[in-house]
Amino acid sequence: MNEKLLKSAERKEQLLLTALTIPALISVTLIIVIPVGWLFSLSFLGKSGDFSLENYQKMIVYKSYFRVFKTTFNVSFLTTIFCILLGYPLAYFLSQVPKKLVGIFMITVLLPFWTSLLVRTYAWLVLLQKKGMINNFAIDMGIWETPIKLAHNLNGTLVGMIHIMLPFMVLPLYAAMQRIDRQTMQAASNLGATPIQAFWQIFVPLSLPGVAAGSLIVFILCLGFYVTPAVLGGGKVIMVSMQITAILEDQFNWGAASALGVVLLVTTFIFLLLASRFLKLDSIMFGKH
Amino acid sequence: MKQNITSLEISIKDLTKRYGKIYALDTVSLDIKAGEFLTLLGPSGSGKTTLLMAIAGFNRPDSGSIKFANQEMILTPPHKREVGMVFQNYALFPHMSVFENIGFPLKLRKAPNDQIKEKVHDALKTVQLSDYADRKIDQLSGGQRQRVALARAFVFGPRILLMDEPLSALDKKLREQMQIELKQLHRKLGVTTVYVTHDQREALTMSDRIAVINEGKIEQLGTPKEIYNSPNSSFVADFIGESSFLQLNRKGNDLYFSSEKIITNKKLNKNKEWAMVIRPERLSIVNKSYRKNSSNIHFSGEISELVFQGETALALVKLMEGNFLSVRLSTKSSDDFDNLKTGKKIQLCMNRKDVIIIPH
Repeated sequence: MNEKLLKSAERKEQLLLTALTIPALISVTLIIVIPVGWLFSLSFLGKSGDFSLENYQKMIVYKSYFRVFKTTFNVSFLTTIFCILLGYPLAYFLSQVPKKLVGIFMITVLLPFWTSLLVRTYAWLVLLQKKGMINNFAIDMGIWETPIKLAHNLNGTLVGMIHIMLPFMVLPLYAAMQRIDRQTMQAASNLGATPIQAFWQIFVPLSLPGVAAGSLIVFILCLGFYVTPAVLGGGKVIMVSMQITAILEDQFNWGAASALGVVLLVTTFIFLLLASRFLKLDSIMFGKH
Repeated sequence: MKQNITSLEISIKDLTKRYGKIYALDTVSLDIKAGEFLTLLGPSGSGKTTLLMAIAGFNRPDSGSIKFANQEMILTPPHKREVGMVFQNYALFPHMSVFENIGFPLKLRKAPNDQIKEKVHDALKTVQLSDYADRKIDQLSGGQRQRVALARAFVFGPRILLMDEPLSALDKKLREQMQIELKQLHRKLGVTTVYVTHDQREALTMSDRIAVINEGKIEQLGTPKEIYNSPNSSFVADFIGESSFLQLNRKGNDLYFSSEKIITNKKLNKNKEWAMVIRPERLSIVNKSYRKNSSNIHFSGEISELVFQGETALALVKLMEGNFLSVRLSTKSSDDFDNLKTGKKIQLCMNRKDVIIIPH
């Protein structure tokens, strides 16, 4: 009874649901698909304006391109590692503090997060430069005698990037640690584990999804960094995004710049793909165990 | 396979634990015999879990003493107490397999691999999960997780086993099955067991002795029979089993309900009011040929509510005096029950021996 009516009602409902996604589909197409497609096609245009692979050939031929990619991955990797080393103890502390106090300590994580990236980068420049606060202070205290070069190099870049990326590491870590059942730690200790054994054998393995999620976010965001390495690197740390700007400013070569962008995009996708393969990305992002 | 475990006695003295102004434990003293199955029974917030956690070493009491076989443990950290524990939500390690979970305490004790293998398989056999060693925890049902938690708690041969409402997450049928299994396991291992529950039936089913806890104090300690048959306070009488209370009048050293003399010549504390506790199953409806006699107490009233519950039925009887009594009725023969209906006037009797008197 009523089979046909019910079936057509169901079909109507599905059509309606599909229709509701149209505004989102249009905006995604306009904002992402078309520009990226355009970028992609531009990268295959040579200087003469015809189809050619010269933009990609250049990347293989010239060592400088390889160096830029190497620097980019190097900086991103180091930033991620230091973010784990600094962020893990901080997130652990937050996860152990009484619930009432978490909000207060969380502000120390979030406040820099809410401050403009440019402001923070220049603040670090003020602190780290040759006659900056850190050098002055250290010399006044007699810790070292002549100013040490803290900014305008890889160290300065890393300090700035780690500071900016730290919240992206701490927040997923904290979320993962929050999910760890306190009773599992009690159980470990009940079964004979010292606090240190319980930490390494139970707590750390259970917090690894958070480490993976945080690392992935930090690493991928680092790949596209521009302002901080530009300001704090002093021209010595050239990342892909800076190279793209340089090509546009110096040579006005849209094709070469697009090709670099495409390669960066593709490598990022490959990373995401590998990560989702080995890290069970959905369980990290959506907290399934 | 009787495992050779020397069980320990636990001696708790004047244990006190305060949270702010609230006493979670108020000078609690309790001696638990070696090899005994003792249940801490009480409503939520009564302090029973606090007491268990204190024995396990997870909270530090404000004062008092906990001894295992005359050895003071109050300052010993939990990982050195050698006490097995089953947690309410099992607290299994989700990143380890069943085998690794159960092997964890053995690995910590640096047992050789072949010995770990043997012991884990023995434990799995005991809890009837032999084929599940390589399963992940999230591939197990609630009842199976329960068994893994249990195996993990006794595999390293602890001298004391603690259980914190281990069956509360299971459905009724499985829970009743596990109660029997836990009791069998206890008999097999012979290890001193302290069991926490708020389910009075579970406590009656499993325990050698029950400690009824309320507001941080032990209200009564005794065998299930003692606790059920002679509760010493209205709290215990009310919490364990069903009961009706009748306020009694006092004339000298005698207690009366209406004109019926309930107790004669009992040494009574002067200042207290007394009440009678009546268990529904101790009352019966008398038939026409019955004659009143002095070994029984009698009530008359009318049925105000009648509920059929399958193996038994329950009647709520309004007495002439205005009080209500619950009466458990047999449904052995359908005639017994079919003759009754609400509004019917009836006579009740109960054996004078079954009278329970409590200060009220």
